[in-house]
Amino acid sequence: MTFKRLALATAAAAALATSALAEVKVGMITTLSGGGASLGLDVRDGFLLALEQSGRDDIEVVIEDDQRKPDVAVQLADKMVQSEKVDVLTGIIWSNLAMAVVPSVTAQGKFYLSPNAGPSQLAGRGCHQNYFNVAWQNDAFYEAAGSWASENGIGSVILMAPNYPAGVDGITGFKRFFEGTVEDEIYTRLGQTDYAAEIAQIRASEAEMLFYFLPGGMGISFMKQYSGSGAETPVMGPAFSFDQGILGAIGEAALGVRNTAHWSKDLDVPGNADFVAAFEEAYGRLPSLYAAQGYDTGLLLVSAVETADVSDPDAFRAALKAADFQSVRGDFAFADNHHPIQDIYMREVVKEGDVVTNRIIGTAATEHTDAYGPDCNM
Amino acid sequence: MSRETLVNLTMLAGLVLVPLWALWADEPFTITLATRAVILALAAAGLNIALGIGGLVSLGHAVFFGIGGYAMGVLAYHAQTYTPLMEAPVLIEGTKSMPVIWLVALVASALAAFVIGLLSLRTSGVYFIMITLAFGQMLFFFTISWARYGGEDGISIYLRNGFPGLNTLVPIQFYALCLTLLVLTLALTAALMRSPFGLALNAARQVPERVRAVGLDPFRLRLAAFTLSGAITGLAGALFADLNRFVSPSMFSWQLSGEFIVFIIIGGTARLFGPVVGAVLFVALEHWLGGISAYWHIWFGLLLLGIVLFGKGGVIGMIAGRARTHD
Amino acid sequence: MTLILLVEQVLNGLQFGIMLFLLAAGLTLIFGVMGLINLAHGSLYMIGAFCAAAAAAATGSFLLGLVAALAGAAAAGALIELLVIRRLYARDHLDQVLATFALILIFSEGTRWVFGSFPLYLDVPEALAGPVTLPGGIQYPLYRLTLIGAGLSVAAGLFWLIARTRIGVQIRAGENDREMIAALGVDIDRLYTFVFALGAALAGLAGALVGAIQSVQVGMGEPVLILAFVTIVIGGIGSIKGALVGAVLVGLTDTLGALFLPALFELVMAPAAATQTGAALASMAIYILMAGVLIWRPTGLYGARA
Repeated sequence: MTFKRLALATAAAAALATSALAEVKVGMITTLSGGGASLGLDVRDGFLLALEQSGRDDIEVVIEDDQRKPDVAVQLADKMVQSEKVDVLTGIIWSNLAMAVVPSVTAQGKFYLSPNAGPSQLAGRGCHQNYFNVAWQNDAFYEAAGSWASENGIGSVILMAPNYPAGVDGITGFKRFFEGTVEDEIYTRLGQTDYAAEIAQIRASEAEMLFYFLPGGMGISFMKQYSGSGAETPVMGPAFSFDQGILGAIGEAALGVRNTAHWSKDLDVPGNADFVAAFEEAYGRLPSLYAAQGYDTGLLLVSAVETADVSDPDAFRAALKAADFQSVRGDFAFADNHHPIQDIYMREVVKEGDVVTNRIIGTAATEHTDAYGPDCNM
Repeated sequence: MSRETLVNLTMLAGLVLVPLWALWADEPFTITLATRAVILALAAAGLNIALGIGGLVSLGHAVFFGIGGYAMGVLAYHAQTYTPLMEAPVLIEGTKSMPVIWLVALVASALAAFVIGLLSLRTSGVYFIMITLAFGQMLFFFTISWARYGGEDGISIYLRNGFPGLNTLVPIQFYALCLTLLVLTLALTAALMRSPFGLALNAARQVPERVRAVGLDPFRLRLAAFTLSGAITGLAGALFADLNRFVSPSMFSWQLSGEFIVFIIIGGTARLFGPVVGAVLFVALEHWLGGISAYWHIWFGLLLLGIVLFGKGGVIGMIAGRARTHD
Repeated sequence: MTLILLVEQVLNGLQFGIMLFLLAAGLTLIFGVMGLINLAHGSLYMIGAFCAAAAAAATGSFLLGLVAALAGAAAAGALIELLVIRRLYARDHLDQVLATFALILIFSEGTRWVFGSFPLYLDVPEALAGPVTLPGGIQYPLYRLTLIGAGLSVAAGLFWLIARTRIGVQIRAGENDREMIAALGVDIDRLYTFVFALGAALAGLAGALVGAIQSVQVGMGEPVLILAFVTIVIGGIGSIKGALVGAVLVGLTDTLGALFLPALFELVMAPAAATQTGAALASMAIYILMAGVLIWRPTGLYGARA
């Protein structure tokens, strides 16, 4: 089944690639093999869906797999710039890979559209006029969660994240808008699979709520173990820990968990229902947050190509900055540092029929922007 | 001229001519790929001194590669941000000068290799493989939590470091620099193989008793070889960091240590050009297979398996037959 | 820090160690009898977990999932022994490392090809879900307690197999003198295939048992493989007893290190810096333990030969 899906996507890419009219060339570097492949596949499929729906045949896409290795990503970026001579790059999932690639490609005059990952450096001092983040600044979901917790009368929390920059940033982001007390901060090992020790610590704590960020398999392991431990502290986290691909593996153990996101498949904004249906029809699975980001990245690119010529960088940049497209997230605009201004919602994990999925229960932050903009001198 | 020498010369000619062709055909990415191959070959050539001549199967050579990389990363980061590395007791500033960075990388990784060797060489066989792996994992986890230098995100250096008289940003010039270092290392290895030290080291691998009988200490021989080996791999790490303008803990990963061993075996263990042939083939295959299938790891694995099971002596062994030095 | 927390952590360390033992036992047995380093052992662990998840999803029964894990991993083990591993016994460690490294690549991408890139669902059976109350008022997950029990029974069974049965005699003889037992008319090829499949089945069982409380995904075998190697190296390669002691040591060091080291640093540093430094050191703790053991005893705690 996977193979069929892949064949479909490759065919779409090939169809776009064979176009003789190609005016804009896009290089997509994303993770398509190994443990993190599901995120890259979703971004790629969402992106290609948007291009396909646009009906344009003047956008050529070259797709490469970075294997989640920074050095491979750098090498592929060199390839895209030096031999493929692309105009626009996109696709990177992980912050550390983005940090390795983005500064050098934007310095070489290429545009980079981030469909995921927004490290703080690139939003602040290291911002660049050719770098557009279509997803979020890394802290966004955490800040929204922190302010939601304060507004909903939660007085004390226990925080947990892996001991690496994105984890530390997440915890810092939560604390930035949280007004109650932080009972404890737990830093786990990256790639850790057993959380018995942490769970014991959480149970021993008096905190009213647990907020955690554990991406991918780490989050799956933790949530399964947590729900079986008899611990009763309610759980909240960023959407990355409770996305569709992950919920399928956690199952009912995740029911009732709150998580912050800028998108949900039940979000009632124009175009979203159509996107969900089209994605499901094309690829045979529910779209995830990453698919939505990939789709929006595609829409943004198409909107810019429609109004400006990529050979005129200033015009193209202005067209991107205008963000003149109907995001499946609702209202979307770029702040001065080219990072999103968008609403962030609170979702709850529920069961719909047999499927464990997310439902929106409220808004956590309205027109949210990141805290690093003032440091950016573009 | 033996067939092996012929293979070596062909390889060397290829390393000079292919990038020149790429320059002419305006294919700069081919030069980047060739640079990557040459740097990985240099790293494996370092390991080859310990593994090929000394018989020390180190599954932790990525440690030295990573230390070299971080030597570059840390020095260039401080130069880039104009912050001193250390103020007391003496002021140490960062630098963007390749020769200085290389020196620091060589010394730092040699020191690390000396200490790790001192501890690890007390063991042998599988235990040695595993203790070197353990040191690799220690440093891997250490750098991930080393917040001052980016932790898992690593350090991005915006501009490649400079070398007096060259413009290292031009791919072919940086390539020439890397190739020169590789050739120098291979010449050193060749001289080493023929030197009394190399012969004694080789003997210490095969019949340690006899070496002891003539009054030499196999432990010291191995320690010296391991230190030299680590230093060269460290130098390669500094170059690799400069190629990518980026360092991160992934340079310490055990898979990378495994890949260095893979290069040597694909090429031919204890052959002078073994690491070069292996690294070039690996980079070419990675590039070519990655382009044709999303599941290219399967095909690559099968190919490796085929070489181990049926191609005794690696690629050079298959082409050139048994090594002359075999006894 | 309360006594209850400490007891709980010791139980957690024990449970982790026992699961590690299931993996390490096969690894050390294969090395002891055949002299083979098998880097692909973690892949067999992964295959066990995937077989269990697939079978449990199809039948709804966790128990059938375990059976599938045992059968699937044993079959995969026997298959690679016949096709690949058999050719490696006479080779040096270098070739073995490389060939089994290649097997990891094949198994990982092959699994992704068959099952897709998304983690699979496998949950603790209903009957074992939730916590139980132990003497002293300690609440502890029943499933983890079951893991400790199941692991100890398997360990006991393994010791019995090796000490008391005919096949155990052959295995012990094979460790000491290969030519001799072949001369005595034991079918050495069949013995090797059996030992390899047994080791694979144990790894697959561990994968399925642990998969229920962790993430069943491609690449899950590699981190645990390294830990299993650390375990057998500490215990002394080839020694089942060493594997058990090593596994418990690693389990306890890892769990208690994560608990105590941050607290220890908090005595001398600011809390945030202390938790981070402590966590960093905790993640290195087992490797420091292993290096320490090897420097002290170069062939591990119970190892006889290098």
